[in-house]
Amino acid sequence: MIFDHLDRPMHIIPGNLPCSYASVRDVEWEWTVEDLHATGATFLTLWGTDDRDRDDPCFAIRAAFLLPSGVVILSHKIRDLANPSYPSIAQAFPAAARMERAVRDLLGISSKTIDQRGWLRHDAWLTNAFPLRRDFNFAAQPATPQSAPYAFVQVEGDGVHEIAVGPVHAGIIEPGHFRFSVVGEKVLRLEERLGYTHKGVAKQFESLPLNEGHRLAARVSGDTCVAFSWAYCAALEAITGAGVPARARGLRALALEHERLANHLGDLGALGNDAGFAFGLTQFSKLKEDLLRANVDAFGSRYLFETIVPGGVAGDLPQPAYAHLLYFYRVLEHEVTGLRLIYDEHGGLQDRFREAGLLRHDLAVQLGAVGLAARASGIARDLRVDHPWAPYDTLATQIVTETGGDVAARVQVRFREIFESLRLCRALLADLSRNSMQPAPIRGDIPEAEGNRLGIGVIEGWRGPVMIALETGPGGTIRRCHAHDPSWQNWPLLEHAILGNIVPDFPLINKSFNLSYSGQDG
Amino acid sequence: MFNTISRMIHTGILTEPKPLPESTPTADPQHALWKILGRALCIRHVDAGSCNGCELEIHALNNPYYNLEGAGIKFVASPRHADMLLVTGPVSVNMEEALRRTYDAMPAPKLVVALGDCGACGGIFGHTYASRGGVAEIIPVDHTIPGCPPTPAAVLAGILHAITTRPA
Repeated sequence: MIFDHLDRPMHIIPGNLPCSYASVRDVEWEWTVEDLHATGATFLTLWGTDDRDRDDPCFAIRAAFLLPSGVVILSHKIRDLANPSYPSIAQAFPAAARMERAVRDLLGISSKTIDQRGWLRHDAWLTNAFPLRRDFNFAAQPATPQSAPYAFVQVEGDGVHEIAVGPVHAGIIEPGHFRFSVVGEKVLRLEERLGYTHKGVAKQFESLPLNEGHRLAARVSGDTCVAFSWAYCAALEAITGAGVPARARGLRALALEHERLANHLGDLGALGNDAGFAFGLTQFSKLKEDLLRANVDAFGSRYLFETIVPGGVAGDLPQPAYAHLLYFYRVLEHEVTGLRLIYDEHGGLQDRFREAGLLRHDLAVQLGAVGLAARASGIARDLRVDHPWAPYDTLATQIVTETGGDVAARVQVRFREIFESLRLCRALLADLSRNSMQPAPIRGDIPEAEGNRLGIGVIEGWRGPVMIALETGPGGTIRRCHAHDPSWQNWPLLEHAILGNIVPDFPLINKSFNLSYSGQDG
Repeated sequence: MFNTISRMIHTGILTEPKPLPESTPTADPQHALWKILGRALCIRHVDAGSCNGCELEIHALNNPYYNLEGAGIKFVASPRHADMLLVTGPVSVNMEEALRRTYDAMPAPKLVVALGDCGACGGIFGHTYASRGGVAEIIPVDHTIPGCPPTPAAVLAGILHAITTRPA
């Protein structure tokens, strides 16, 4: 890929997708970002590192994009160590705005954005202390943080009032704060404040050895543990050139599709419930539990936190699992088909689903929506289809898109993705069972990793693309690991989708996106 | 409508027996359970910074197999209605104050159960600039349920254990 404003070829760096990397100077950073925007690139993530301990002392800000050719990473070195700053990319890619605030909170390098409010830092550590800097002193931080008020944007006018919700919500949900400005029932504005579950994942990675990092990656967002641990392992395997046995690749994909199925089943039940149809919750939560129990028989655990390990998978399917899973897929498909008919024909339910939480296609494109929510607004992007990594390169995954952009569309995408996932599961299982009689390796060796290598793992999780950017240190250590959840891109969509809807529809609309707090807070 | 009703009948009642503490006479399990609960137990859940894995298992408790509400155990929206606080996650520094306030808002006897390895000791997230570690670092904890995440059966057994062994 040649950009107009980049006069050098890009380097190839290790990754499970084709990854190219360019180190750019000041103005090139801005111009290349504009080039990328013009070519219709998808913005993946933004992160920073403290490289002041290197021969060329600097801070680096990095941005990853997805193009038809693969992942493109731009790295911009900031040599003004006293006042590190860089040009914001949020004009071209609005989803970057919150990431820039997070980078400032954690690393003290600042984009020239207008929003100077903390995002991940809620007065918990000192303003002039930056946790991701290598000289950060944990012991010097205050024992009890003082919470300062957060300046929410005020909406003024006759009859406008605010509803403050959270961080502790009324259900069994993760914490976050929503500030609604409403007139009567109608929402004029929603502002999210997140970061409550920030537990220092990026810093914690640096205390783990390379071959243990997948365990923390799995816990960035528990409902996406397979995708995150796979992304981490893919990055590590790409850096070390480790081979993953074909059988292990098949088992990984099977685990990833089971994760997608479990989350979609759970969401479909919860969406029915949030629209007052408790029957849906009962039925779908039963099916989800059946799947989790099938996971115990097949993989030895309900949520597959420990299934994917560097070099392969932790265990093979026991012999009886093949027949059990095949039977289970058949029952599940039959049940979901029946329930879909009930959902589709239920007037009250469809009345709540349709036109609620509308995210128009052009707005979704402009805001950089990714994953499931993007596909429900007509953006046909799915890594399993666009950049199929092994074993998806042999599966011919069918993309699922809807054009409605409302809750009903996000419900339909989930239904249809369940059927497609079941097709993939059957194909994967058929392949695995063909070769199940001879003992085959399921875990390859991981050669010793060189220091100072950057590797990328990108996996299409059930919400959208998750990414791990892993940088090795000397002697099998992690120098820096950036984990990115697609919720970063999609949380701001909710602020738009709710506009003009009524407050009681918020839980339904929120659930139709079902974004991760923990994944974005990190 | 016919479809919905026939599916309800077809699904039937799936509720499984509850994991009662060993000392409980099992002749009439529901009665034994009521004896422990005093007919009902109201739980307020607080996610103090978890990865959301434990939340998935708490949700599972309400599915038809575990049928928690059928046993008289209910999750409530306000700490003022709660007999028990069920806390997940390492306590993130950003959630510390919200957790304290929720605890303060509860009526006595303020039973607290810390859920999962993180709730017990901070788990893989440990003690860092952003994580205070286990729940007991911030509020008094009566019982901890280890696991990553603990299974619904383990969560239920832990909740029942916490109320049977509560100080009088």
